[in-house]
Amino acid sequence: MSTATTQKRGFGAVLWDYLTTVDHKKVGILYLIGGGFFFLLGGLEALIIRIQLITPENDFISAGLYNEMITMHGTTMIFLAATPLLFGLMNYVMPLQIGARDVAFPFLNSLGFWLFFSGGILLNLSWFTGAPDAGWTNYAPLSLQSPGHGVDFYVMGLQLSGAGTLMSGINFLVTIVTMRAPGMTYMRMPLFTWTTFVTSILTLFAFPALTVGLFLMMFDRMFGTAFFDVALGGNSVIWQHLFWIFGHPEVYILILPAFGIFSEIIPTFAKKRLFGYTAMVFATFMIAFLGFMVWAHHMFTVGLGPVANSIFAIATMAIAVPTGIKIFNWLLTLWGGSITINSAMLWTLAFIPSFTIGGMTGVMLGSAVADYQYHDTYFVVAHFHYVIVGGVVFAILAAMHYWWPKMFGRILHEGLGKLAFWTFFIGFHLTFFIQHFLGLMGMPRRYWVFLENQGLDTGNLISTIGAFFMTFGIIVFLINIVYTAMKGEKAPADPWDARTLEWSIASPPAHYNFKQMPLVRGLDPLWIEKSEGNGKITPAEPLDEIHMPNSSILPLIMTIGFFIASYGFIYQVDHKAWLIAVYGGMAIAIGSMLIRSLKDDHGHHITKEELEREAD
Amino acid sequence: MSQDHSLNPETMPQDPSKATMEGKHKHLGLWIFLGGETVLFACLFGTYLALRNSTAGGPSSQDLFGLELVFLMTILLLTSSLTSVYAIYHMKNNDFKKMQLWFGITALLGIAFLAFEIYEFAHYIHDYGFTFRSSAFGSAFYALVGFHGGHVAFGLGWLITLMVRNAKRGLSLYNAPKYNTFGLYWHFIDVVWVFIFTVVYLMGMVS
Amino acid sequence: MKGWMGKSKALFLFTMLALFLAGCGKENLTALEPKGYGADKSMELILLTTIIMVGVFLVVMLIYVIALIRFRKKKGKEDFIPKQVEGNHKLETIWTVIPIILVLIISVPTVIATFDLADDTQASESISVEVTGNQYWWHFSYDGEEVVTSQDLYIPTGERVYLNMLSSDVIHSFWVPSISGKMDVNPENVNTMYLEAHEEGVYWGKCAELCGPSHSLMDFKVIAVSPEEYDQWVSDMQSVDPEAVPEDAVAQEGQELFEANSCVACHAIGSSPAATGPNLTNFGDRSTIAGILEPTKENLVDWIMDPESIKPGNKMTGAYPSISEEEADRIAEYLMQLKPSEITPESAGN
Repeated sequence: MSTATTQKRGFGAVLWDYLTTVDHKKVGILYLIGGGFFFLLGGLEALIIRIQLITPENDFISAGLYNEMITMHGTTMIFLAATPLLFGLMNYVMPLQIGARDVAFPFLNSLGFWLFFSGGILLNLSWFTGAPDAGWTNYAPLSLQSPGHGVDFYVMGLQLSGAGTLMSGINFLVTIVTMRAPGMTYMRMPLFTWTTFVTSILTLFAFPALTVGLFLMMFDRMFGTAFFDVALGGNSVIWQHLFWIFGHPEVYILILPAFGIFSEIIPTFAKKRLFGYTAMVFATFMIAFLGFMVWAHHMFTVGLGPVANSIFAIATMAIAVPTGIKIFNWLLTLWGGSITINSAMLWTLAFIPSFTIGGMTGVMLGSAVADYQYHDTYFVVAHFHYVIVGGVVFAILAAMHYWWPKMFGRILHEGLGKLAFWTFFIGFHLTFFIQHFLGLMGMPRRYWVFLENQGLDTGNLISTIGAFFMTFGIIVFLINIVYTAMKGEKAPADPWDARTLEWSIASPPAHYNFKQMPLVRGLDPLWIEKSEGNGKITPAEPLDEIHMPNSSILPLIMTIGFFIASYGFIYQVDHKAWLIAVYGGMAIAIGSMLIRSLKDDHGHHITKEELEREAD
Repeated sequence: MSQDHSLNPETMPQDPSKATMEGKHKHLGLWIFLGGETVLFACLFGTYLALRNSTAGGPSSQDLFGLELVFLMTILLLTSSLTSVYAIYHMKNNDFKKMQLWFGITALLGIAFLAFEIYEFAHYIHDYGFTFRSSAFGSAFYALVGFHGGHVAFGLGWLITLMVRNAKRGLSLYNAPKYNTFGLYWHFIDVVWVFIFTVVYLMGMVS
Repeated sequence: MKGWMGKSKALFLFTMLALFLAGCGKENLTALEPKGYGADKSMELILLTTIIMVGVFLVVMLIYVIALIRFRKKKGKEDFIPKQVEGNHKLETIWTVIPIILVLIISVPTVIATFDLADDTQASESISVEVTGNQYWWHFSYDGEEVVTSQDLYIPTGERVYLNMLSSDVIHSFWVPSISGKMDVNPENVNTMYLEAHEEGVYWGKCAELCGPSHSLMDFKVIAVSPEEYDQWVSDMQSVDPEAVPEDAVAQEGQELFEANSCVACHAIGSSPAATGPNLTNFGDRSTIAGILEPTKENLVDWIMDPESIKPGNKMTGAYPSISEEEADRIAEYLMQLKPSEITPESAGN
């Protein structure tokens, strides 16, 4: 089962392997492929938006299509690109970092991925018949009025992918609580594992709010209920509350793992222990906690009244405190270190000023009365792109360069990496910095056109030029992937002289990860062994047979069932014949659930002899 | 390591539902899942509280609710929670037959609860014309109570599948965690109902 | 606005002017040159937070740059292993406490300003206007005055004008950046805000909440005139006779066509409350047509002939039988002559 044999197998066998896999590493790679695909799609949509705004009163695309474009760009980037890319990394890396052989629920893990992916496909199928057009926030009553089925696709697609994300969250939590290797106490866990843990808590408590919101939206649109229908006493502000009770923690679901990634990369390349580890863990929890207290700062202009606005303003600004702690701890980790600057580190170093700007504008937005001017303008657009691109996307790209050797056994090309970085970095600031001013100069967001003679031309032109730079950067990154796959330098187990457990095993790891459970003697276990011992992790158990879960095609079949049912559900309002798809799909899904529960699955064992045969 | 997890009094661990790694995972996983479910119901409660007076000229809670029926339903569901405790107690004593019996009673009580709920809804629809389209209050009421009813129905399906599947096999370390997680889930449903009883029915009768 | 913020404001604006040759954007549109009470309040907080945040940023960048220069891996010292520092309580306390103080410094004026802008104690003795947001136009009805208009909101300078805002369809957001921050216009509840313009002018207003395909074309104007001019405008508007027949023959024909083609079913002239379409009482004085076009007769003819091509998704498209260009021209002639008042956007000075 080693990689050597994997490579010899035919395409069909590899495909079947991935379709049925329950291995957290392969599920992680699937997430990266799926998330990467949607990232490119979302990027294309972004580019179309920027082309439309290159000159005043442009008619590159129509007003209706423009609204579909912005809605799909936002929805795709948040739900289908950023979240799954991070979940892919967590899936791959977190079990390795805590010395586990898999996650707690391997079957659910695979199901979670397929649900996310089918949700994304379902949402994007709407392009053929009319995509959702009420913004990624999908505010009622605009979303209720939206003609066609666009918003229905939004609702069902997000419901599917949200269920998948929730499952992953629960899975990670149980894995971290129960499956840490001997000696891996909580306060020895790498920061990326910590942020995975906290992110999973956020996922667990935030996504149900979205589930409820989508559920109410679905009933209002399809069955004529009156949750958001003013005529029957409904209230559309409820949607905004539910959406942001989910939506604000979602921001932290994205940014905390990004923080975790940087907290791995900086110590590695500064050759120095993370400064203020305990404070970093504490700050992560503080951010998560406050993250649930601030949702109404997205609603300062809704008319909640001065009391609510003041409370939420102060709570929002308070988040600057733990975030500041993190920034300074990273700086002090660099301080006194021996810093290597390569592609992974470039993205990391670029993150610090970029994200600091995003964080600062966050505080500025938190000041409620100032927000009366910023709200729903390009200032906000600039702010959240500084946070999400300058924070999350930089983190994902840094993580790709950092963990690529571990995942694929080859090191990404440095020259191409640097070229991609500089073009994307310059493009990013060109695109978004000017948008702060555009917003204050009177350009609201989600504007299909801006008028001539309003002083907005130059800014928009610069912004669009920046978008082309970013596109170029991403294309170079893709070329790098192809180049590395063909000619990339082979990676040793520990190419970066790193500190955590995942670097103590082969690149890529065997499918059981650890032949023997590692014994962890402190924070940064590999570093400890390298500086105080013989550089090898001491095993915590004698070599013995390993119990592993069985592969299964059921998650995929179950998902296909849900997918068919959801598709039918969207159209059954038009014609009852679609109910066949609903019932058929549900039958497939429930059938595979029954098979799963009725058929015992005890997993399989890798014998001691097999393990001994496989050389280190 | 043996594939056969079936139990006899000698090998019986103290708590068969948490004796295996999988059992521990399931136990913790379900607790965490219930955390998420709590948020789910909290959001539905919030929506209901925001909309409960928005009757749009249709029937209001005072017009509709009758305490007798709801009180009976509450007794049924609370009792079913108790019987499931007995069942888990017998599981820990490795008495499979008694466990099945008590879970059987739990299922019957659950079915009775659900039947009354269906009757209640039918009563509102036929006698008052009160549907989820009538008003925002109607939508919120059916969403909250119906969501709970859906959870009960799902729980019943789960329990019955478990009981049928394992009827002839007896208790094992493989299926004990499954019964155990069901038990936890069922208590949760019960707790949610207590809140519904208070927030929807009692408060609805008063105000 | 005066006093402690004055100097820093001038400095800040000067820097921005230097940075952007275009200045701070279009006058009477940009929030960076506030000309009203609400915009002042926002600007004070924008400046305060910007100054503090830029300060923080400079500190971060100073440490960052020094760290990167001093602690790069040195040639010949590749094997150097830095001291593995766990942390430093004193430093960590400092960078926890200082941000808390900064947040408090921002919080106090934020809370004060939030309550200040929500103050409605003066509402009963002030002018108040019912604002209705519609896809994609604005309806203004002056309380107790029997004056109704749309798209151009006339207000007197130097006093508060309260707006009670409600939407007839989806959520909109009322934003006149130079005078005040925005407030959402919801379908379920009336939101109140006030405008107070310091000087005369025609201020651009925009819808700031996605409301459909023509969201970006839902512009309006706030026309601030002197209190005397405002009073005259109100009395002029009150004395409009909706039935008045225009003097010239083309316009008369236009009026007949206006009534025959069911335009009048949606568009009121005079203060009648019917509001499915914009009120046209002072259409000839409007600063724009449909909120975005120059107020010329040609543009009006284009608009009447094919509104969809100008504002996609508007509710006027298809609401009337198709008419010839000649007929449209006559209707346009009639509408352009609806000039009941001497007080027009020109009176506002610019």
